[in-house]
Amino acid sequence: MVPFAGYSMPVSYSDLGVGESHKWTREKASLFDVSHMVQHRLSGPLAQSLLERITPSDITSLKTRHSTLSCLLHPVTGGIVDDTVIARLGPEAFYIVTNAANRDKDLQYLTAQIEEQQAAHSGLTAGISWEVLDDWSLIAVQGPRSADILSSILDKPEDFDLKSLYFGQCAYLHIRLPSTPGIAEVLVSRGGYTGEDGFEISIPPSLPAVGLIESMLDSAEGKENLRLAGLGARDSLRLEAGMCLYGHDLDDTTTPVEAGLSWIIGKTRRTGGGFHGDQTILSQLKPKKDGGSGVERRRVGFIVDGAPAREGAAIVEADGQVVGTITSGCPSPTLGKNVAMGYVKDGWHKRGTELGVMVRGKKRRAVVTKMPFVESRYWKQAAVTAPG
Amino acid sequence: MAAIARLRLPVSSSVLSTPARPALRVSWSSRSQSPAPRAKIPGHARTFVSSTALREKKYTEDHEWIELSEDGKTGTIGITAFAAHALGDVVYVELPTPSLAVTAGDTIGAVESVKSASDIMTPVSGTIIEGNKVLEEKPGTINQGPEGEGWIARIEVGDKGEVEALMGGEAYRKFTEE
Repeated sequence: MVPFAGYSMPVSYSDLGVGESHKWTREKASLFDVSHMVQHRLSGPLAQSLLERITPSDITSLKTRHSTLSCLLHPVTGGIVDDTVIARLGPEAFYIVTNAANRDKDLQYLTAQIEEQQAAHSGLTAGISWEVLDDWSLIAVQGPRSADILSSILDKPEDFDLKSLYFGQCAYLHIRLPSTPGIAEVLVSRGGYTGEDGFEISIPPSLPAVGLIESMLDSAEGKENLRLAGLGARDSLRLEAGMCLYGHDLDDTTTPVEAGLSWIIGKTRRTGGGFHGDQTILSQLKPKKDGGSGVERRRVGFIVDGAPAREGAAIVEADGQVVGTITSGCPSPTLGKNVAMGYVKDGWHKRGTELGVMVRGKKRRAVVTKMPFVESRYWKQAAVTAPG
Repeated sequence: MAAIARLRLPVSSSVLSTPARPALRVSWSSRSQSPAPRAKIPGHARTFVSSTALREKKYTEDHEWIELSEDGKTGTIGITAFAAHALGDVVYVELPTPSLAVTAGDTIGAVESVKSASDIMTPVSGTIIEGNKVLEEKPGTINQGPEGEGWIARIEVGDKGEVEALMGGEAYRKFTEE
């Protein structure tokens, strides 16, 4: 157990080591208790315009029961306050998940942003209703067997085919709990933080989260294929998937463009702007030669020879000049190679660029490599190769 | 093994600034089934009585062990079974260079697993004679036999008094149970 954002969290469980748990997730399925994460419900006539002001996402085009990865942004600088997932639950209702480690900062930020939004539309007294879903649980089931396992606890699996719920979509599903009579409704989002197919299940305080977990572990499918996993495997899995961890790969001074997250900036937002830091961010999207400002540094992936590079390791070019810093790294259990991500000066970011990383005073060869390091296997409508 | 402080986990930066070793200790102690190193009883079946205390395998609070040779001039250093279990699968070992002069507590190498990078510190002062080359090709040897085939380095011991001052097997076992 380790302290994490005020919670005591398991690095791994006693039955599987971190490496074993990692591989189990890629081959079968793992259950992560991520209830420490902060869940919010935002609703009202001003909710959408608030989100369009504080994030670069195209919220207007976000369909009901669809979700998107996004970032909360600082005004002017466009620095990332936190990364987040935003789901639309209805015309004026959204469900948002933010990082536990940023809880205090995020709550202060949202309080201030909501006040500003209300003030700008003073005619609307009940413009935004914001609820932090404390005491709600959040459970992630990740891995190729996730759908079979979740299906096994659905109240009427024949009424809802999980095959019709694609990556980035969510649904209210009815589940069967031996301990609780009647129908239990939970919000299920397809996606996660491992690069595998999987689900995140948001459970209201009125339902026993532990009972739901036990139901899955005790189901015939779960007994065979589902194991509990901790923060250790969560970290190495998300690294292989090329995903950022706030506080390491992202911080208040990093913009989405520098972080390699330009894809979260909605098409309409690129021309229209209207979000925090839009001038900075939109100018960064354009290289200098095309009249934009470009970026000075970019997040890239590396494969490192020999010793794994960890956070803080200097990235150097041939003559020893420092051109960047590693922000995350570990030996990849799937690839048997060392993977890492870090920021390098513009110009050193191209795939195949050979650089060095300093680990314990020695330079190790590091090659800029495309992310994800391990191909994602999401359940997508168009994907022919998606796992069943 | 002191620098399990570099334990790489998805912890917030505020947590990173707190010493991580106690945290890992908690995770170690949660694995109570981990095999505790068997204590060697001083005076047991030794012919050369005067060297008995020195020949006893000794342990540090940073989870290294050292065992002296018959003549007491050199020592073999490794990480304990307890530490190897806590690290999980070792994927890379950084070995010390021979003829390196070291002082007790100096970092002489590192052990890397998926979970963390941990420095190996020499329990005593002296001169490194060799690193265990087997670990370069097969780092997993540490998990199979951390207190045998998976030794890390041999050292020419400068001051035997430093060895005597370390914990014996029983004391180390108690230390890990704390």
